[in-house]
Amino acid sequence: MHSSVVQAINDHQEQLVSNWKKEMARVQEEYFKNSLPDDLVFTNNEEFIDVLYSSVRLERSEAEGKIKHFAERLIQTDWPLSYFTQGMQAFRRIVTAYIVPYINNAEEDSMNLIVEVEEWVDAIVNQLVDDYSDSWVKTLELQQMALNELSAPLIPVFEKVSVMPLIGAIDTERAKLIMENLLDGIIQHRSQVVLIDITGVPVVDTMVANHIIQASKAVRLVGAECILVGIRPEIAQTIVNLGIDLSTFPTKSSLRKGIESALELTQRKMVRIEHGAEWRA
Amino acid sequence: MSIQSSVEVQTEWGIVSARQAGRNLAKEIGFGGVDQARITTAISELARNIYLYAEKGEIVIEAVEETRGAQKKKGIKITAKDRGPGIKNIREVMEDGYTTSGGLGAGLPGVRRLMDDFDVDSVMEEGTTITAIKWLR
Repeated sequence: MHSSVVQAINDHQEQLVSNWKKEMARVQEEYFKNSLPDDLVFTNNEEFIDVLYSSVRLERSEAEGKIKHFAERLIQTDWPLSYFTQGMQAFRRIVTAYIVPYINNAEEDSMNLIVEVEEWVDAIVNQLVDDYSDSWVKTLELQQMALNELSAPLIPVFEKVSVMPLIGAIDTERAKLIMENLLDGIIQHRSQVVLIDITGVPVVDTMVANHIIQASKAVRLVGAECILVGIRPEIAQTIVNLGIDLSTFPTKSSLRKGIESALELTQRKMVRIEHGAEWRA
Repeated sequence: MSIQSSVEVQTEWGIVSARQAGRNLAKEIGFGGVDQARITTAISELARNIYLYAEKGEIVIEAVEETRGAQKKKGIKITAKDRGPGIKNIREVMEDGYTTSGGLGAGLPGVRRLMDDFDVDSVMEEGTTITAIKWLR
């Protein structure tokens, strides 16, 4: 930045900062309706102005690091981004209003000075916005990953019997995952019967039904059997209304009944142990 | 009644939020569990058709009332509007098993069975508007 602008900003620090704080008090009242806690506003304002001034004094890379550090700390406390942008805009207003007449006396071109202040402020705003959106993108990616891990788990419950509980809406992306996890899991766990539990699926429309039908066809191709369980009464009625034919593969009302017939299919059954029976035998 | 909500459908998330809006309103009007499932499934089919064939459009969900003599009946009306390619042969798409996307071909005929009143208005290259009403019994 032009040395005379830097000098002016430094020389008038006290007045500029006090004007800025007044302006920010107005922003806090009008824009945020005093919703931000006062003590935090105070400490953040102090640091904000410190960061601003250091960006004038320090080397570019050093200043960027300082802004980044400041932004990261405030992102963690959910401090609104608009407080920053408002703060930067307020600072620009104050600097231009206060400095330009003063510099004009020193026979400088005031238009150029305004442009310089603008560029300086915009660079900081851009960096703040970038830092904020980076952290949002990161959060979203992590959530997407967590969601994918939860979206179609295949659980081996008995030897040769696995269960895939589905909860929540099924979209195309998830349908693909369901198919992949089903087939991979069947091979990995050597399952003969897979139970797909749709108790937690809110809506079974033609697309969801189609994906389930296709998944069960693919399961049959790798030599296993698919049983659809957890069909709630209202879902059963809508499936019939839609005219979807699910008669080609077995369905059961509950997971318990499904497990019973899965055991039957693998020539086993559950028996109650008579108390003390082993002694008599 | 003027309760009305409109949901843009452009992504699969739009389908989910249209469904949610429909379920909430159906519950508010007083529909039972089975009818709520029918209504949300119908919305799901219509919204998916928009997403698959027209890319974008909107689903409008509103409460309606009709007075016939001394009887007053309440219902829910779903309007699916898009400016997509339109439907070439409406009779064909209303037949069970007809599909151009490799699906089950049960969507539109299914919606007609799920709801009470059903109407398709489609102009080639201009768009499609489908309205469906379910009455509270």
